[in-house]
Amino acid sequence: MTGQANAGRPNQLLRNLNSKIASIPMILTAVVIFFGGTLWTVFYSFTNSKLLPRLSFVGFDQYERLWAAPRWVISIQNLAVYGIFSLIFSLVIGFVLAALMDQKIRFENTFRTIFLYPFALSFIVTGLVWQWILNPEFGVQSVVRSLGWTSFSFDPLYNSDIVIYGILIAALWQGTGLVMCLMLAGLRGIDEDIWKAARVDGIPMWKTYLLIIIPMMRPVFITTLVIIASGIVRVYDLVVAQTSGGPGIASEVPAKYVYDYMFQAQNLGQGFAASTMMLITVAIIIVPWAYLEFGGRKRG
Amino acid sequence: MKLRFLAAVLAAGVSFSFGPASAAELEVTHWWTSGGEAAAVAELAKAFDATGNKWVDGAIAGSGGTARPIMVSRITGGDPMGATQFNHGRQAEELVQSGLMRDLTDIATKEGWKDIVKPSSLLDSCTIDGKIYCAPVNIHSWQWLWLSNAAFKTAGVDVPKNWDEFVAAAPALEKAGIVPLAVGGQPWQSAGAFDVLMVAIAGKDVFNKVFGDKDAETAAGPEITKVFKAADDARKMAKGSNVQDWNQATNLVITGKAGGQIMGDWAQGEFQLAGQKAGTDYTCLPGLGVNEIISTGGDAFYFPLLKDEEKSKAQEVLASTLLNPTTQVAFNLKKGSLPVRGDVDLAAANDCMKKGLEILAKGNVIQGTDQLLSADSQKQKEDLFSEFFANASMTPEDAQKRFVDIIASAD
Repeated sequence: MTGQANAGRPNQLLRNLNSKIASIPMILTAVVIFFGGTLWTVFYSFTNSKLLPRLSFVGFDQYERLWAAPRWVISIQNLAVYGIFSLIFSLVIGFVLAALMDQKIRFENTFRTIFLYPFALSFIVTGLVWQWILNPEFGVQSVVRSLGWTSFSFDPLYNSDIVIYGILIAALWQGTGLVMCLMLAGLRGIDEDIWKAARVDGIPMWKTYLLIIIPMMRPVFITTLVIIASGIVRVYDLVVAQTSGGPGIASEVPAKYVYDYMFQAQNLGQGFAASTMMLITVAIIIVPWAYLEFGGRKRG
Repeated sequence: MKLRFLAAVLAAGVSFSFGPASAAELEVTHWWTSGGEAAAVAELAKAFDATGNKWVDGAIAGSGGTARPIMVSRITGGDPMGATQFNHGRQAEELVQSGLMRDLTDIATKEGWKDIVKPSSLLDSCTIDGKIYCAPVNIHSWQWLWLSNAAFKTAGVDVPKNWDEFVAAAPALEKAGIVPLAVGGQPWQSAGAFDVLMVAIAGKDVFNKVFGDKDAETAAGPEITKVFKAADDARKMAKGSNVQDWNQATNLVITGKAGGQIMGDWAQGEFQLAGQKAGTDYTCLPGLGVNEIISTGGDAFYFPLLKDEEKSKAQEVLASTLLNPTTQVAFNLKKGSLPVRGDVDLAAANDCMKKGLEILAKGNVIQGTDQLLSADSQKQKEDLFSEFFANASMTPEDAQKRFVDIIASAD
């Protein structure tokens, strides 16, 4: 306010001075901590830093070692499988649940609470719960066997080939509730008149959803996509709680590789190289999309 | 108005940092959290409290792999504790080199650690550039096979006297519904088991060549091929032990659900806590009954450099308490480990500990892999063996090839 009182004519720099001053800390945080930290990490990934960062450059050695390590390759494969399925299933299940919820059913509030409840639990708790459920000795397998089906076998967490799906189940259980809520909010934002018009035209309901409602919900889908995708890349605690990477190294993920090599192996250079690779992966996906999404709109 | 509020908040923030500064409270961090370990660490705390200082226990659950990163980041992040456990050797090497740890040479010379610590390799591992940086508290050896007498009775076979007999007895155990060999899912356990097999089957010289000299040629040789064959047997025998932690695996042996476990002598504390007697309830075979050699790694306390003078004094008291003969006996009996000084009386030791002491007296010792390899190489080894033990489609030949690579690039 003082800014406006002093200035005789409107000064671009001094307009909304209060809010500009107020946002300085946030801007500094973003620049110094996020951007600066990222650059620092990439920079030191070219050194052979061990426990403490030090400046002795080794070129791309850390990256060569990284891509030669079977554990890293398995981590990337796991992330791809987990990412694709988690994206598809949480969107589909979330949307279907939301569409069902939108049919003016009774006790909607109750159902909504039930579906959203798992989201209130941390990944660590989710992981432990599902570790017990999927444990062959006291989980699903033992329950079914005690019902008389003695040859029944279901132990995803102890089978290297399918362990990542065991983790996926837990992640979906935890995350779809939120997707459902976001979708439901989107559906509620659609004007009643659109539904009425579609009904007058005699368009079947599934077609209305697929061809009219979903395209109208584009912004909601994009928000949801960003939330799910960021959850996928940083998946770590769920794996630690459920399998700690096992059996063997069958359920390792990139974030866990970064942590283990930075702190347990006391090899910062290797950990930094791995996290830089994670950053590049994300950038490859995000940058073209962001360019199309935001860059395009400004021009158009 | 706003400014005054801000100032008040700042002032409050500053005043918080003046904690209650009692003179001689020392926070000691360690990862001894299983039943037997907790009982042992209570002995150390008791001895330190008796000197008029106060031991503030900072136990970090989840074994060394979880605890060490927390300890290291507290020291490098400027929030050092009074003292902290590490496996002496190379884990704290860089912390010492960057001047974050306290030099204990004065106390060590005053109390004559050089003469009392046996074997001397323990103190060597604490020594960097001629200065002593840690106080060893015990000797832990990896090379033990723990067998459940009850399990073999159920299976109707005699308790084996060495590794080969154990492998031969495996089918009988399996038939009785008993897992022959318990191996927990934590990576360090399978890597450790391999090191033990190496000493037992290939012998001391090969072990030193591979891990001491990092000789890739020996690692590719026929001796190590034999070790990988044995590891292949071990992983077949370990199928079905669906546990994570080492003490859960030990518990399988204690309850007779598993035939045996390759684990360091810290497992002894668990047998003791369960009220089992060496010889009658369980059997221990040092060096897997083949090569009676034990490694002399162990635990040591390191003391971060502190600014507070009174706390620094308390650090000195703690260091000398740890090596005190009475503390050594009380601690090691509970822990199941061997004392670091040769001049203490261990009449109360059980059969297994006596076997260990005998081997130690004969000098059949090697250095532990923690002393020989960097944390980085150890981690790569852990990755390899946790995969090898879990993935039956990985052949011993492939595993050996990768092992050679790790040794070739080890530092």
